Amino acid sequence: MRRLSPRLPGALLVLLALLAAPFAHAIAPTRMPTPELQARYERLIHNFRCMQCQDESLANSPVSLAADMRRQIRQMLLAGDTDQQIRNFFVSRYGYFILFKPPFAWRTAWLWLTPGVLLLVGALSAAWVIRRRATLVTRESGDEEDESLDDGLAGTGKHSR
Amino acid sequence: MIPELGQFALILALLLAALQAVFGIVGPALGRERWTAVVTPAVAGQFVMVATAMGCLIASFVANDFSVAYVAENSNSALPLFYRVAALWGAHSGSLILWIFLLSCWTVAAAFGTARLPRNFAARVLGVLGTISFGFILYTLLTSNPFVRLSPPWADGQGLNPILQDPGLAAHPPVLYTGYVGLAVAYAFAGAALLEGRLDREWARWTRPWATSAWAFLTCGIALGSWWAYYTLGWGGFWFWDPVENASFMPWLMGTALIHSLAVTEKRGLFKSWTLLLAVLGFSLSLVGTFLVRSGVLISVHSFAVSPGRGEFILTFLVIMIGAALALYAWRAPQMQSEAGFELTARESFLLFNNILLVTACGTVFAGEMAPIISNALGLGKLSVGPPYFNPTFLVSMLPLLVLVPMGMHARWKRGGLGGRGRTLLVALGAAALIGCAVAFGVFTGAGILSPVSMTLGVWIIIASLIDPIDRLRRRIAIPRAVLGMTIAHIGLGVFVFSMTAVQAFTAERDVALAIGSSVRDGGYTFRFQGVGPIQGPDYGGSGATMVVTRHGKPVAVMHPAKRDYWVQHIATTHSAITINGGSNILVALGQNLGDGRWSFRLQVRPLVLYIWIGALIMAGGGLLAITDRRYRVADSATKEAAAILAGGDAR
Repeated sequence: MRRLSPRLPGALLVLLALLAAPFAHAIAPTRMPTPELQARYERLIHNFRCMQCQDESLANSPVSLAADMRRQIRQMLLAGDTDQQIRNFFVSRYGYFILFKPPFAWRTAWLWLTPGVLLLVGALSAAWVIRRRATLVTRESGDEEDESLDDGLAGTGKHSR
Repeated sequence: MIPELGQFALILALLLAALQAVFGIVGPALGRERWTAVVTPAVAGQFVMVATAMGCLIASFVANDFSVAYVAENSNSALPLFYRVAALWGAHSGSLILWIFLLSCWTVAAAFGTARLPRNFAARVLGVLGTISFGFILYTLLTSNPFVRLSPPWADGQGLNPILQDPGLAAHPPVLYTGYVGLAVAYAFAGAALLEGRLDREWARWTRPWATSAWAFLTCGIALGSWWAYYTLGWGGFWFWDPVENASFMPWLMGTALIHSLAVTEKRGLFKSWTLLLAVLGFSLSLVGTFLVRSGVLISVHSFAVSPGRGEFILTFLVIMIGAALALYAWRAPQMQSEAGFELTARESFLLFNNILLVTACGTVFAGEMAPIISNALGLGKLSVGPPYFNPTFLVSMLPLLVLVPMGMHARWKRGGLGGRGRTLLVALGAAALIGCAVAFGVFTGAGILSPVSMTLGVWIIIASLIDPIDRLRRRIAIPRAVLGMTIAHIGLGVFVFSMTAVQAFTAERDVALAIGSSVRDGGYTFRFQGVGPIQGPDYGGSGATMVVTRHGKPVAVMHPAKRDYWVQHIATTHSAITINGGSNILVALGQNLGDGRWSFRLQVRPLVLYIWIGALIMAGGGLLAITDRRYRVADSATKEAAAILAGGDAR
């Protein structure tokens, strides 16, 4: 690389080095003895993150640590370890950070419960709104308006005001 | 000289934006017509100045002026002219200039579009847009000025990040930004309504074309970005739930909710405050996205412009823009009650469900996006959130939505019911299930339970969208463009769902090691590794392989996957070769030399993958068609009437 001006922050170099990693891909052919093991292997390497890259799975990471970890997974699979055992092994070494799928624990419960809670709140408010609106519709007469609404099936120009 | 001119123009633009903001908001509030009259000229002036600034920066890139730091860091004399111009938005400061320029374009468009609306309302819209312009120009000048000079100048530039050297790049950020920034107009319309304290169906009709066009651009931008990532990043996926992708996806989800909620507000005068809230949140999420991507809080593969110190400014700006809007909202919203009613099975209910599910999906993505940051900040440990979280949780709200779409399209307003189309829809569902299962189990093999279900839903949505237009054709009733646009957009959704399911469920993917002359089978195709040799480009070298692809002995394609080494930056990139064959995408990526003449390759056969983007483009096209509907133009006379009434009201 040409000499960089001292003005250029060193951080940029680090950034470039980091950026350099993901785009040259690890294409590491690995054959497992059975299709079932192959599928488990593929799933595992896609669900662990590379510890040295930005947002990259073991499957795609080109760095050597990732290659070592892939080898480790392969060996554990061949030795007959379950997915859970392999997961525990890596979590004990690297923490939950390595899992792309955060476990359901008290520290992460809020994350997993968010969609359900949002849906529940949504359903309750929908029930409340529709109940209120349904009582309003019976009080209204507005038959003319109904006709014009039906004409404009999906909000057509007919219903101009 | 030219960079200084650009900087000067940007400073003038800042002052004009300030005028636009102050007079646009204060003028109508105090009823000073002369103040209000300043706004439009300020908009025009600001546009000229911003365009000048951007022109100066482009000129510096074209002229290879390496005394300008931003040019030196992002361009190189070996770079082709096309990429020297595209390098403008290759990094942080330049993308901000693009952001400001696009906002200025939208503002000019809004000035024309609101020219026939009540003067005070128009001034307020432009005033709110002015505050956004002001914030972003100030941000650029204070923290990320692209016109800063280097002393002494560099002999040559560092070059553009190689992954950005691609035609897809030239189109993707400007289109995506056009969508992002377009949500600012919807925000400004909401802001003007809040400032005015008046919101009616008229307002919804004024706002709809803006929200829809921003949404359409956002759709195109996300699709282009996904396509670009698909073929340049070389690993052949179309969506990674990457933080930067999520940052653009959240405003899209909110924008989709907004355009549906606006339909109810225009038609029935309902959901008023909810619509306002969605408009505010949609643009806020654009700002949040900008903050997340630019601050370096999230580090992801797309984030080629990380700069931690700048985050604080955006965060402050964010708090002001959202805070002000929400405070106004809290004050005004209670006055916007409406007394219209509707039944459980009415169109209004379906659109309400649509909104709830889309907002839930958006909240889910938001939670996943923020979880690593929150967890870290609260001392709960470092966390990663990836596809294994997003895929299932996203489906929780999206599957019900897809089920509701075909019925919602046909539900009648107010009284509800399917208007005699229930049986037709049921027949359509049966046909869709047949097609879905036939494709999932017949054409492909090894389908799970989810793929036939979602393929069925995709086909059902397409058929259901066609029922109404066919009915109208048969009865020789004109199809308004808004209806046609909606139909097309929903067909796009169906195409998207169908093809996405096919890709998710039936992709054949393999990493293989091949010696020269040997071959391998994958996804029904035979790949024969013919040879490998050096390649040479304007600013890179590398290796290129030749792969002959056949199917049942018949030649399909000769593919040339390559690995490039950009010698300016010393970055290696993968350039996969892609061929389309009968709706399937065949992708070959070149890996590394394993020795003994053996190389590693990644082979993928993805059925229908092209239709994912085509589906998205159809959706966007439907949106753009809908905004050309007569009622958005014919409304002029009604609008003038309203303007007269309003002017009278204000004089009081």
